[in-house]
Amino acid sequence: MGEHILELSGIYKTFDGMDVLNGIDLYIEKNEFLTLLGPSGCGKTTLLRIIGGFLTPTEGDIFYKGKRINDVPPHKRNINTVFQRYALFPKMTVGENIAFGPNIKKWDKKKIDRDVDEMLELVSLRGFRDRDVTTLSGGQQQRVAVARALINKPDILLLDEPLGALDLKLRKEMQIELKRIQQESGITFAYVTHDQEEALTMSDTIVVMNGGRIQQIGTPQDIYNEPKNAFVADFIGDSNILCATMVRDLEVSFLGRSFECIDRGFGENTPVDVVLRPEDVVLNPVCEGSPCGEVVSSIFKGVHYEMRIDVEGETIIAQSTINCPPGSRVSISVLPENIQVMHKSEMSPDRRIKACDKVNLEA
Amino acid sequence: MKRNACLIPLYVWTAVFVLFPLAIVVYFAFTRDTGNGVALSFESFTRLSDPMYLGVILKSFKIAIISTLICIFVGYPVAYILARSKSKMKLVIVILMLLPMWMNFLLRTYSWLSILENTGLVNTLLAAVGLPKIRFLYNEGAVILGTVYNYLPFMIMPIYITLLKLDESHLEAAADLGANPVQAFLRVTLPFSVPGILSGVSMVFVPSVTTFVISQLMGGGKVPLIGDVIEQQYRVVNDWHFGSALSVVIMVIVLVFMYFINRGDVESNNGNGGRLLR
Repeated sequence: MGEHILELSGIYKTFDGMDVLNGIDLYIEKNEFLTLLGPSGCGKTTLLRIIGGFLTPTEGDIFYKGKRINDVPPHKRNINTVFQRYALFPKMTVGENIAFGPNIKKWDKKKIDRDVDEMLELVSLRGFRDRDVTTLSGGQQQRVAVARALINKPDILLLDEPLGALDLKLRKEMQIELKRIQQESGITFAYVTHDQEEALTMSDTIVVMNGGRIQQIGTPQDIYNEPKNAFVADFIGDSNILCATMVRDLEVSFLGRSFECIDRGFGENTPVDVVLRPEDVVLNPVCEGSPCGEVVSSIFKGVHYEMRIDVEGETIIAQSTINCPPGSRVSISVLPENIQVMHKSEMSPDRRIKACDKVNLEA
Repeated sequence: MKRNACLIPLYVWTAVFVLFPLAIVVYFAFTRDTGNGVALSFESFTRLSDPMYLGVILKSFKIAIISTLICIFVGYPVAYILARSKSKMKLVIVILMLLPMWMNFLLRTYSWLSILENTGLVNTLLAAVGLPKIRFLYNEGAVILGTVYNYLPFMIMPIYITLLKLDESHLEAAADLGANPVQAFLRVTLPFSVPGILSGVSMVFVPSVTTFVISQLMGGGKVPLIGDVIEQQYRVVNDWHFGSALSVVIMVIVLVFMYFINRGDVESNNGNGGRLLR
């Protein structure tokens, strides 16, 4: 880790007067699995296409190993892409598709032959070499697309929601498969998805984007446990986002009570947001001290029950292996380290109002 | 059963307007007037070995092949530029291209005469600026020009329609894999458009082989094609037997030709032209 293979600096992109990217600063480290995560229309695909060379930024610079590459066309960049719908060449066999890049670059025929076999092995498609790509299933086409890109030994592999068209089971398999391929090949992956679970499973680094801006960059653990603002907390996993007041260091007040927490430096009596993950909300059938509420609903989810509890007019989502039937009264407590205090988001004010007005937010 | 019943009008139509006339042509081709009735005969076909007729057949095919090739080389770039263009004028240009097709075939060919003849538009202009007149008409070149002009849209349209279906992402993938624009064209766009080229070829080649109006007007009768000879047999010489035999021979040659074109078409369609993958 360490070497910045690619750097984006102050990237803006405007389409027909619409700002799609609003000042993106980002670097990609060698050999990392970086995921651009965000809802549709957040600009993640646009950013990926700028890295691939299919779009040029309206403003800002892209540096590849320290060299500015804004004007380098895609075919001259040592970056390859796995397209959203694979874009396999329909009139070629699996082997011909994979050999496309090497043939263009006029590699030695024997080397191409060997490498194609090696790639088929890597993506678990041995024996598919002479198959017509149109006869393959979605998952197989996806693997061919990965092999076709990887054979060129790119410095960075870009993947644009490559699992979007697959069913859930296959998607989970391919997530593990892609992570394995990334680790075996040692190639830097830049991956675009709107699926937070996918991002958490595969990534070394997650870049959460919204409205053409980066909201937070961090490891999956950072992003999940310490979301920087209401948007990130809301987007990653189920969460309770509540309006709160930081009374003083180590003390935050919400739901009409004061709670011990581990955060400092927010000042005194500062309005903040807090995030409580549903699995961190501890339910106690006896009401004493901590805020009490009534269970509104309880749904069996397999490993746990998911309960909605009405506390002082706010609905709190809690997960527990012990079922509290609807109608029963419970008290709520949270361990100090599980209370994530966030500054009021630097996002637009209406969004902030929404985050606080909405009693609970689900991903 | 119900579906079969619906097809009856089609069968009747085919029998009355296709099979029956065809049977008559074949009947005439294999018979001969003997003075007191009609008898089975291959005489019409043996007459075909006459070098004159072979020459006419060869020339017809030569002119048709040259015209078809010119149509490909002129039509492909036009279709390509149109299909790739994002201009709002695209539809207007396509309609302008098709517009002459809605005019009468003879009228279109006659207008070329008035442009190119000795006292025509071009030569009048040449004379006006003191240049010598050029003899454009009544040679093979003029026949080819007429053929290309009349059939070019039938080459452009199928290629244009095929290219419209080309997925932009295939070109991006090619660029991504290191292909420069020329390589991407040769390896992705061109193979993709083969079905369009093939249907263009069959729509241009077949009518060009059998045309007689163009050769009579533009060639002034100096470049007789097989269509002219057949027409003569029916209308001038009144030898329907020989005319039919010529028609049958041309039909067989064209059928063989079409077989090979369609086979190529089917083969390239086995790749599904990218439709499955989209």
